[in-house]
Amino acid sequence: YNYFNWDCLLQFVKCATGSGSSLIHVVRKDEDIYSPILRKLFNESHHIFVGLQTIREDLPSKNKKPQFVSISKSYRSVIRACMEELQQVVSILLAIELIWNLCEVLFIDAVPAGSLLLHLLDWVRLHKADVDEKAREVLQSESPVEHHGYWDVPGSIHTLTEFDVKWRHWHEEVDRCLQDKSFASNVHLELICKILVGDEDTLLEHKELLSTWYHFLVTRLLFAHPTIKPTELHYYAQSCMAMFLDSRSAPETLDSILLAAFDFDIHQVIKDCSIALNNWWFVAHLTDLLDHCKLLQSHNLHFGSNLREFLLLEYASGLFNHHSLWQLAVDYFDHCPEFGRVYLELHIERVPLDTERKALKVLRICEQRQMPEQVRSICKIMAKRALRNNRLGSALSWSIRAKDAAFATLISERFLQDYCTRGTFSDLDLIDNLGPAMLLSDRLTFLVKYHEFHKLYGEKCFTEAAKLLLSLITAKIAPRSFWMTLLTDALPLLEQKEVSQTHPHLSLGLYDLTVICVFWSFQEEDIELTKVELLRLALARNLAKAIVKEGTVDA
Amino acid sequence: MFVARSIAADHKDLIHDVSYDFHGRRMATCSSDQSVKVWDKSENGEWHCTASWKTHSGSVWRVTWAHPEFGQVLASCSFDRTAAVWEEIVGESNDKQRGQSHWIKRTTLVDSRTSVTDVKFAPKHMGLMLTTCSADGVVRIYEAPDVMNLSQWSLQHEISCKLSCSCISWNPSSSRAHPPMIAVGSDDSNVTYGGKVQIYEYNENTRKYAKAETLMTVTDAVHDIAFAPNLGRSFHVLAIATKDVRIFKLVPMRKESTSTGPTKFEVQIVAQFDNHNSQVWRVSWNITSTLLASSGDDGCVRLWKANYMDNWKCTGILKGDGSPLTGSSGQPTAMSTVVGSSVQTSQSVLNGTSAGRAWLLVSSTQACVA
Repeated sequence: YNYFNWDCLLQFVKCATGSGSSLIHVVRKDEDIYSPILRKLFNESHHIFVGLQTIREDLPSKNKKPQFVSISKSYRSVIRACMEELQQVVSILLAIELIWNLCEVLFIDAVPAGSLLLHLLDWVRLHKADVDEKAREVLQSESPVEHHGYWDVPGSIHTLTEFDVKWRHWHEEVDRCLQDKSFASNVHLELICKILVGDEDTLLEHKELLSTWYHFLVTRLLFAHPTIKPTELHYYAQSCMAMFLDSRSAPETLDSILLAAFDFDIHQVIKDCSIALNNWWFVAHLTDLLDHCKLLQSHNLHFGSNLREFLLLEYASGLFNHHSLWQLAVDYFDHCPEFGRVYLELHIERVPLDTERKALKVLRICEQRQMPEQVRSICKIMAKRALRNNRLGSALSWSIRAKDAAFATLISERFLQDYCTRGTFSDLDLIDNLGPAMLLSDRLTFLVKYHEFHKLYGEKCFTEAAKLLLSLITAKIAPRSFWMTLLTDALPLLEQKEVSQTHPHLSLGLYDLTVICVFWSFQEEDIELTKVELLRLALARNLAKAIVKEGTVDA
Repeated sequence: MFVARSIAADHKDLIHDVSYDFHGRRMATCSSDQSVKVWDKSENGEWHCTASWKTHSGSVWRVTWAHPEFGQVLASCSFDRTAAVWEEIVGESNDKQRGQSHWIKRTTLVDSRTSVTDVKFAPKHMGLMLTTCSADGVVRIYEAPDVMNLSQWSLQHEISCKLSCSCISWNPSSSRAHPPMIAVGSDDSNVTYGGKVQIYEYNENTRKYAKAETLMTVTDAVHDIAFAPNLGRSFHVLAIATKDVRIFKLVPMRKESTSTGPTKFEVQIVAQFDNHNSQVWRVSWNITSTLLASSGDDGCVRLWKANYMDNWKCTGILKGDGSPLTGSSGQPTAMSTVVGSSVQTSQSVLNGTSAGRAWLLVSSTQACVA
């Protein structure tokens, strides 16, 4: 690769050479990595920095030192503030990952008895791993969770019933040993055995190792009810939570949500999450997935045909406020069958059309979805804006795209006025390349053709030019106000040998029309007498030549 | 999170109205100091005053933007018995550098004999139409037949409401199933005519507006009225600011083929909230009609949202300085950061009309499902 143009700016160009492909890659620093929290860091530290620079140099160091310390503390306080914000974000993410994971196990994967407990074990362990590395180490050393080699057996060799029988047999044996005080001599061994049989009191004595009631729940189930069925979960969840938590403290929101999940009350989970969590993101995406799994009952409602659509509409509507995320929202609306389309229509027409590029992006979205009214409206807004800023070419192309004949006519008039005052056309490329779009309005067609006339004249194709001029007048697309200009253009043509001598019919045709125009022009108020005189002179001379020529040819 | 920005509006007297433009990037304020100010939002979110000029010879009650398809156009109405239409002129280059623009008056509408209390543009699918209402109870509908010529307006309709009018709202629905419809609110103290909200509907056959409905249950002075965006529904939703916040549903009843009169409606009250515990002055919908904002004499802005069972509840309260209300009995308190927000910034609620300052609801969050 050849690197060049590297400098301190954010862009550099990388050229790939060799292997037959010559590609240019433009690499730009991703500005979106500057998340809001880091931006806060930059903003706040900027203030501190500027303050630091203003500390007077001439102060003695013993005066400056306290200020330097204070500034140092300010920097650190900004770092801590950002940390706190990030931690808040992280803890919310942890909570929603915990809830989602449980929903996946219970609802989406719908794990049956037997492997249910394995999945719950994984769930708890994953959460613990996320939260507390140290506690996990401690747990691992004490907890028999790691010593469940016999767990490998049920899935592979025994059926659930066979396992259940064997397990109960084993459980009774351990229980009997405990009753017999067989392990009384060894406190640790006895403790382990008590844990192994799922003795609640023993487990609760080691509460500090089980940081949460649901960890307690899974542990208890592991040792006391390993073959638990999904439908039995809620009973144990309730009792474990009651046993684990202080009777004084009310369950936190997270606890209620998890309890609702253990209850298999999906709607309650969604409802509680909607209230508790600060964004629609979680409930919208989870509910959508649950709906695809056909786990939601449908209600027929006004706001969205069902809960899934309601939440998706809310989430996507929120995205539309963001200057770039709004594009994501489009896909969400696309998949809301009842109200998605109308929501999209309402939102998309309000997207500020800051730049042409953004306007084109919005248009593409509307065109892809057959939203002709929105397309027309956006193009009209852009055309109007261009006209206000006197960018006639831009205004014209937007009004063509809007299929707005009236506006195209207006802009064509402006072009023609410009020509009259300045003698030249602007935006020639655009006018030349309109193709069939020029037929949108008569005035526009005239503009294009009139420019074509000038081009032909400039290229000295006088015959073609004359023919075109003639057709412009006969086809009646030339505006009356422009006839004088056209006649003035006709003047030199009437003088051209090529026209008068080789195409006398043409010349005569021109003559006919110019006569009519001249007679007409006498009725108009503001005529330029010199022009009319010139015309009469030219007409007379031309007519003479033509008559002579005609006579000669005919004869 | 509600992000409240305080803008020192520098109006020398009470501010009576605030209006966002269609895209939420521009704002107009009007005041008893007889002037209108236009504000532009820069890329970094700051609002700058780009124009300030005297518009009337009396207090300016309302100001409103035309749809951007018609260009940069404002209308204002005043105690001086007139309404005016203004258009922005692209200025000289040194003006642009200073961030200033100029607005020129295109027309003055002088038909009213009394204070003009509200001015609104009709929905754009009706063309360029302007509507005013006055203290003498007349609603006037003007049209500019040539949208390129804002100096020519013709008075198309005069509707006599018999009650002093305070506010008007057009039904934004462009559905062919819905003829043009306008709601008029009255702050008249007359008790003979009970209902203070009237609905007028355009009749294709008579080419006139006829009264379709009077909301008889609204007997107190009405300060503001707002149709909700339609969303393709067959029925209409109307919010009213009176001694409380009320939301009505108007369900068109099936018309017999021989019927030539206006549509008959079944009127249902959807919600009624007296939480402001005082006069409610403004109501404003978001663009999908899922959120309603109201402001009242208690100095608070309240947000109302329907859950997916169509039950309306208060979803947020802001004090006059934009901070959330805490510790209020049984009401939801501070809202938290969300990804995006549901209230489009193109809706504004005027709150706190103390001299010279306008507190604006800039962005907001969503609410609960419950």
